Amino acid sequence: MRTITYRDALREAIREEMLRDERVFILGEDIAGYGGTYAVSKGLFEEFGEKRVRDTPLAEEVITGAAIGAALGGLRPILELMTVNFSLLASDQIINSAAKFHYMFGGQPQIPLVIRMPGGGGAQRGAQHSQMLETMYAHVPGLKVVTPATPYDVKGMLKSAVRDPNPVLFIEHELLYNIKGDVPDEGVEYTVPLDRGEVKRAGQHITIITFSRMLHVTMQAAEDLAKEGIDAEVIDLRCIRPIDIDLLVDSVKKTNRVVIAEEGWKYYGTGQGLAALIYEFAFDYLDAPIQHVHGADVPMPYSKSLERLAMPNKDAIVKAAKAIVPAVLAHT
Amino acid sequence: MAISNATLAGLTRTQLLEMHYMMSLLRRFEEKSAEEYTRGKIGGFMHLYIGQEAVGVGSITNLLPEDRVLSSYREHGHAILKGMEPRVVMAELFGKSTGCSKGKGGSMHMWSNELGVYGGNGIVAAQLPMAAGLAFAAQYQGLNNVTMCFFGDGAVDEGAFHESLNLASLWKLPVVYMCENNQYSMGMAVAKAWAVDSLMPRAAAYNMPGEQVDGMDVIAVYEAALRAVERARNGEGPTLLEIKTYRFRGHSMTDPAYYRTREEEHEWRNTRDPIGIFEKRLQEQGIATQAEFDQNDARATQVAEDAADFAENSPDPAPAELFTGVMVDNSTALSFRRERE
Ligand SMILES: Cc1ncc(C[n+]2csc(CCOP(=O)(O)OP(=O)(O)O)c2C)c(N)n1
Ligand SMILES: [Mg+2]
Repeated sequence: MRTITYRDALREAIREEMLRDERVFILGEDIAGYGGTYAVSKGLFEEFGEKRVRDTPLAEEVITGAAIGAALGGLRPILELMTVNFSLLASDQIINSAAKFHYMFGGQPQIPLVIRMPGGGGAQRGAQHSQMLETMYAHVPGLKVVTPATPYDVKGMLKSAVRDPNPVLFIEHELLYNIKGDVPDEGVEYTVPLDRGEVKRAGQHITIITFSRMLHVTMQAAEDLAKEGIDAEVIDLRCIRPIDIDLLVDSVKKTNRVVIAEEGWKYYGTGQGLAALIYEFAFDYLDAPIQHVHGADVPMPYSKSLERLAMPNKDAIVKAAKAIVPAVLAHT
Repeated sequence: MAISNATLAGLTRTQLLEMHYMMSLLRRFEEKSAEEYTRGKIGGFMHLYIGQEAVGVGSITNLLPEDRVLSSYREHGHAILKGMEPRVVMAELFGKSTGCSKGKGGSMHMWSNELGVYGGNGIVAAQLPMAAGLAFAAQYQGLNNVTMCFFGDGAVDEGAFHESLNLASLWKLPVVYMCENNQYSMGMAVAKAWAVDSLMPRAAAYNMPGEQVDGMDVIAVYEAALRAVERARNGEGPTLLEIKTYRFRGHSMTDPAYYRTREEEHEWRNTRDPIGIFEKRLQEQGIATQAEFDQNDARATQVAEDAADFAENSPDPAPAELFTGVMVDNSTALSFRRERE
């Protein structure tokens, strides 16, 4: 094991997959000459050259459509869209083509495509550059949508995504690239599945379900709760579609209480979808209404003071947990 | 030196000196913004206009108060030129309640209904279709105003550019499309992104007049923009101008610009500075003196300082502002207010 950043773990995964499979290539805006907007692809152009590391014009729709075409043509593209915000310009190709072709054409075409893109707020980038749009894509049948939160997961999941025969939307977070974590030594091959969540902290009093950057906020909240005698189980969803519902239900059977913590908006989103599923599959095990911590229902404001209020934080998670864990339970 | 009453491009000495002042102001304002960013007073993404001043000044000088300007995220200068007070722009950069967008927008999102500043768009090329629509609204209402839309060379790569030009030409809309070709979109050199080396074939493809203009020469920009604005105002339809310029700084505050050489940057800064070029010309033609330039520059520096003081001393938005103004009637996702207690 070594400790490396999320960014480096990602780059290793891309590099190892490129070495493993000639068909794998990467394309995107400013990934070569600029070294990648978040420096994920740094050095890859120098190592693999122009054929396999392609800078594209600033044109999300055509590069996404072309990546789909390349996948149809037998390649394994990893497309970097600069952020999820700009994927909206490509959303027609993603939703109307990538997600539908396998089904619509009777199971014939396969689109083994990975689209990497960071989302998220918290860096004062304003309303058009701070969105979490995994919910929008997770709504669509025909796509896999994953949101790894740790260096270990991001490396293992990117490898799985490249090998997956389906289109995978691989959603990173702008504030995760510098976080560090344990990753097996280089050369030690491992993958992480695209349909399994993980218990990142075992506990007995309450289940807190989260994903992406909010995992780290939630782990801190769990520490705070522990000091007050509340033993929280933290589940990192890792994948938004498909959802590892068994993992959630098993946890609810044990704790009987649920908080869902996400950065995105409240209405019709991932959190509400999860709550509905838990009510559907585990209603009888719940001892309290599910609590939901989420971003404010507004376009993200720029001003630091307002942005702080708009982003869900540790205290909100602690408060939500305490609201449904009776005092008698804590300390047992 | 004797001051003649010579003119340039039909502009009076007073107008020319005002243009010089505006160029100096944009330069000093952006330098001040950079300083405040480094001090941590400004956050997020910030893109400076330094090097491109002649484009905004030369073109917006032609506009009337009722005309409209749309731009990208590199828009501090366009907003100021369209009449926005520098202190209001700076307050927006600081995220203060006195900013033009009440601190909710930030560097990329300047707006003013009264002044006809229609953003400040963070999505590359998003302003081009809207400019066509604004121009259509004017045409529809029989108004005589002109819409001027600024965008970068990178925006040309987006489908929205092509779709907008086609529509504008088809409907003969009173819009001027101003491509500020500063030779890079982030790290992508134009030559690596465009299959053609000029916008002129694109103008031709959409059946509208196009002109390539030296964007370091404020007078050349002024004259080309004047022709385009007059065409639009006379109901003759849109024009595409490709203004060749250069941004002296990185793409945004965090860009070390490894994709180009320091020599290239020095070359532009030292020999192609639009302010220096304009000063030389005004002096050579005996229109203005160094002392007048210095005076303009001192005033510009003072205004930029004042803007920063104003921003610094302005209040943050009130916490309640977080939830106001999402909808025009302040309605919420739920039909009752319980949510926001
Ligand atoms: C649709 C979209 N894609 C990508 C980006 C990220 N981005 C911001 S500015 C920029 C470069 C734009 O270059 P250009 O149009 O030449 O304008 P300049 O910055 O040079 O003024 C890119 C790629 C974005 N904001 N919007
Ligand atoms: Mg450019």
